Amino acid sequence: MSNKKLSIEELVLQARQIRRLIIQMLAQAGSGHPGGSLSSADLITALYFNVLRFNPADPQWPDRDRFHMSKGHCCPLWYAILAQTGYFPKEKLLTLRKLGSILQGHPVRCTPGVESASGSLGQGLSVALGMSLAARVDKKDYRVYCLLGDGEVQEGSVWEAAMACAHFSCSNICAILDFNGCQIDGKCQDIMGIEPLAAKWQAFGWHVIEINGHDMQQILDAYDQAKTIKNKPSIIIARTIKGKGVSFMEGVVGFHGRAPTPEEARKALEELA
Amino acid sequence: MVEQLYQRDVYGQALVKLGSLDKNIVVLDADLSSSTRTNLFAKQFPERFFNFGVAEQNMMAAAAGLASCGKTVFLSTFAVFAAGRAWDQVRVSISYNNFNVKIVATHAGITVGPDGASHQALEDIALMRVLPNMNIIVPADGPQTEEAIMAAANNPGPFYIRLGRSKVPTIENKGGFKFGQAQLLTPGKDVTIIACGAMVIQALVAVKNLAAKGIKARLINLHTIRPIDSEIILKAAQETKLIIACEEHNIFGGLASSIDEIIAENFPVKVIRVGIRNRFGQSGESEELLKEYNLTSLDIEKAVLSNISLK
Repeated sequence: MSNKKLSIEELVLQARQIRRLIIQMLAQAGSGHPGGSLSSADLITALYFNVLRFNPADPQWPDRDRFHMSKGHCCPLWYAILAQTGYFPKEKLLTLRKLGSILQGHPVRCTPGVESASGSLGQGLSVALGMSLAARVDKKDYRVYCLLGDGEVQEGSVWEAAMACAHFSCSNICAILDFNGCQIDGKCQDIMGIEPLAAKWQAFGWHVIEINGHDMQQILDAYDQAKTIKNKPSIIIARTIKGKGVSFMEGVVGFHGRAPTPEEARKALEELA
Repeated sequence: MVEQLYQRDVYGQALVKLGSLDKNIVVLDADLSSSTRTNLFAKQFPERFFNFGVAEQNMMAAAAGLASCGKTVFLSTFAVFAAGRAWDQVRVSISYNNFNVKIVATHAGITVGPDGASHQALEDIALMRVLPNMNIIVPADGPQTEEAIMAAANNPGPFYIRLGRSKVPTIENKGGFKFGQAQLLTPGKDVTIIACGAMVIQALVAVKNLAAKGIKARLINLHTIRPIDSEIILKAAQETKLIIACEEHNIFGGLASSIDEIIAENFPVKVIRVGIRNRFGQSGESEELLKEYNLTSLDIEKAVLSNISLK
């Protein structure tokens, strides 16, 4: 399926709409993770609307590009985009985290468009590696995108996967690292330093693209550049702001895993109008 | 002379057979392919074999990624690493997803021998048994290993297949293998011995010795731990009123526990556990270790003799 591409302005508007849905879902659910969902929103909106090859009417289409959200707690973002792109009706979004819902608190395959469960950090890049190797075995040209958190790279298994993606020369893998600098207990640099990130990934054999993760042009250029890289995987290290788009959530560690109150949601939606 | 086979040799050969039959099969290993014998597949089908190096967690989750794209994945490492090191990956990426990943773990149990406790998986059945969707087979000998591998290939979902390191004698006249259905090896009314893996041959010797003493022991090879054959266990409880559960595994969480759960809920009778009693293993030769940890035919016989009057 060839998806119609959006202009930069349309992408910005779409990302704002996605952010509104995230706030509405989380306020309705009463729990969940706004901070990282909002910081990754521009990156993943651009990916789905302008880059990824997929068909919501045929989620199992064998030639689809794969997207896997390794930092599964940011699934409100994923669910909002899957609803906006037509995988399931938007009304379902308000069932997030409710008993029996197809929208679980962390991703699972009962959600149309979700390839594999996540939620336990540090596994997703390995899952993406498996998808990449499957393309090799099947001689298919699909690409594999994987969203990682910055706190997540404190998990050792991420580096097992990083080493292997380079070893197997997985040029069809494009990792996206949402570098918002915050984790549950505080700033990453205070809890467990992860810098220098770019040098680490380069040393592991990756092509590294550093961008501002809220600049749509830079985001699209990064995805384009990653496609041209041969014989090695690419990673987009995107500088972002946790809670981006809602003034009182921006850079606030406390909004990693706390849903907005009804009053906070109202204010947030006003700002995102 | 009784045939003696390495289960892992049979496994490697079965993989090669499967590889020719089904192009969808992919095999993974974590730097142990010469020990697990996945190297036989690697040689025949290098484009469908991936060595992950010493990184079991990565291998497990990557297997899930391959399975999400429709591959049937067989992967191997030692049982301590397969079940222990990468348990969270097995839980979230394989079992929760209900993917077609077949974990074939070798070097399980105390008979690993001289490598000692760090390498002797005595808790792997317990770790795998608590995961929804996971199927578990512990084949008793070489030929049954091939049957288990074929069953895993032909049935959807995740599997854990437990193999030993040492050669095991082939048990004659077991009858056909049916996944999920235990095998009645000898009939008997006085007591039932239920065993799996390398303990089946020990139990068979015990049954012969008991027969000489006038005790007719029923012997069941419970090769499939999950889904468990409740019917044959309950029938044994009802008809013989005493069960001896034998496994090369800690007495917690494995075959004995599986039996206890069914018995306790439906028809409580005495279940005596012949297994490793809450200890780690140690270095030694297989035969020495079986003696040290009370896992010989003689120990099974003793368990029967000291409990049979208590029925």
